[in-house]
Amino acid sequence: MQTTILYIGRDAEITVVMERLLNARPEWKGICVCTDEEAVALCEKQNLDLVLLGNGINAECEKVLRAKLTALQPGLKIIQHYGGGSGLLYGEIMSTLN
Amino acid sequence: MSQFILHKENTRGHANHGWLNAHHSFSFANYYNPERMHFGVLRVLNDDLIAGGMGFGAHPHDNMEIITIPLAGAIAHKDSMGNSAVIKSGEIQVMSAGTGVSHSEFNANADEELNLLQIWLFPNQKNVTPRYDQRTLDVAARHNNFQQILSPNASDDNVWIHQDAWFSLGKFDAGFETEYKIKKARNGVYAFVISGEVTINGQVLSKRDGLGVWDTDAISFTANSADAEVLLMDVPMELN
Repeated sequence: MQTTILYIGRDAEITVVMERLLNARPEWKGICVCTDEEAVALCEKQNLDLVLLGNGINAECEKVLRAKLTALQPGLKIIQHYGGGSGLLYGEIMSTLN
Repeated sequence: MSQFILHKENTRGHANHGWLNAHHSFSFANYYNPERMHFGVLRVLNDDLIAGGMGFGAHPHDNMEIITIPLAGAIAHKDSMGNSAVIKSGEIQVMSAGTGVSHSEFNANADEELNLLQIWLFPNQKNVTPRYDQRTLDVAARHNNFQQILSPNASDDNVWIHQDAWFSLGKFDAGFETEYKIKKARNGVYAFVISGEVTINGQVLSKRDGLGVWDTDAISFTANSADAEVLLMDVPMELN
């Protein structure tokens, strides 16, 4: 069974890389968006296992986003993704899901 | 009462890709050890051997303070901020990835292996404007002395980062003893032995061993061999 992971980040180039990295593992299904509106819309129609907050999301946006996403899917795990690439990704996801 | 964690050289994560032979003191890429996630804000300590002419093509980073210290050889760096530089042994490079930056890193020499330490610290603020710096270090100033090479202060010598962290390098004669005072309350210090053998707070450390010490304001240090070279990373123990 695949783990569905939503990545939200403002940098389009990094978002493309993250989508490639997440979907390179057969056990993960990665969906990557740049805007909070896209993230909320996706959360309304699809069950998520984990949300990764990427670059450029300021504190106020993060607060609103966390509130909206957890209202739609209570208990949804939302963590900060650091590094913008593969270096920390596996550890972050494994630490959170385990 | 001070606390410590010892990471022996042979317990590090290891990945040999042929052109890249990497040892990871903390979980990185496909190496995942839940007991080795970070030491305070120190998240990555990679000891990379890169074959001549080989390297990492353009790839992005964000929200991380990335410090590169070549130990042998030289690295050719290019980034999306327009920087193009070669960093040699005896120099230090720092990059605040902030809102996002793309860079490539290659061994600048076709016929010489590159050995570098790459260190990532969590930043004390997210989404800063990306920045790059590199400096030539006065290698003679670290003889029997912990030479500060990085700090949070732009006015200090050498490089600065967005974190309350101080790095020092020292190269010591056998038998030399000293004490290192931790720079900030509630910081810990992670010592990484580049070469030789040393004793820190009673723990004997060999080449590439790491020792993290916290809940103390100083560590005792003795060089046990003539070629003892150590990197100290004085970092906040609490994640921001």
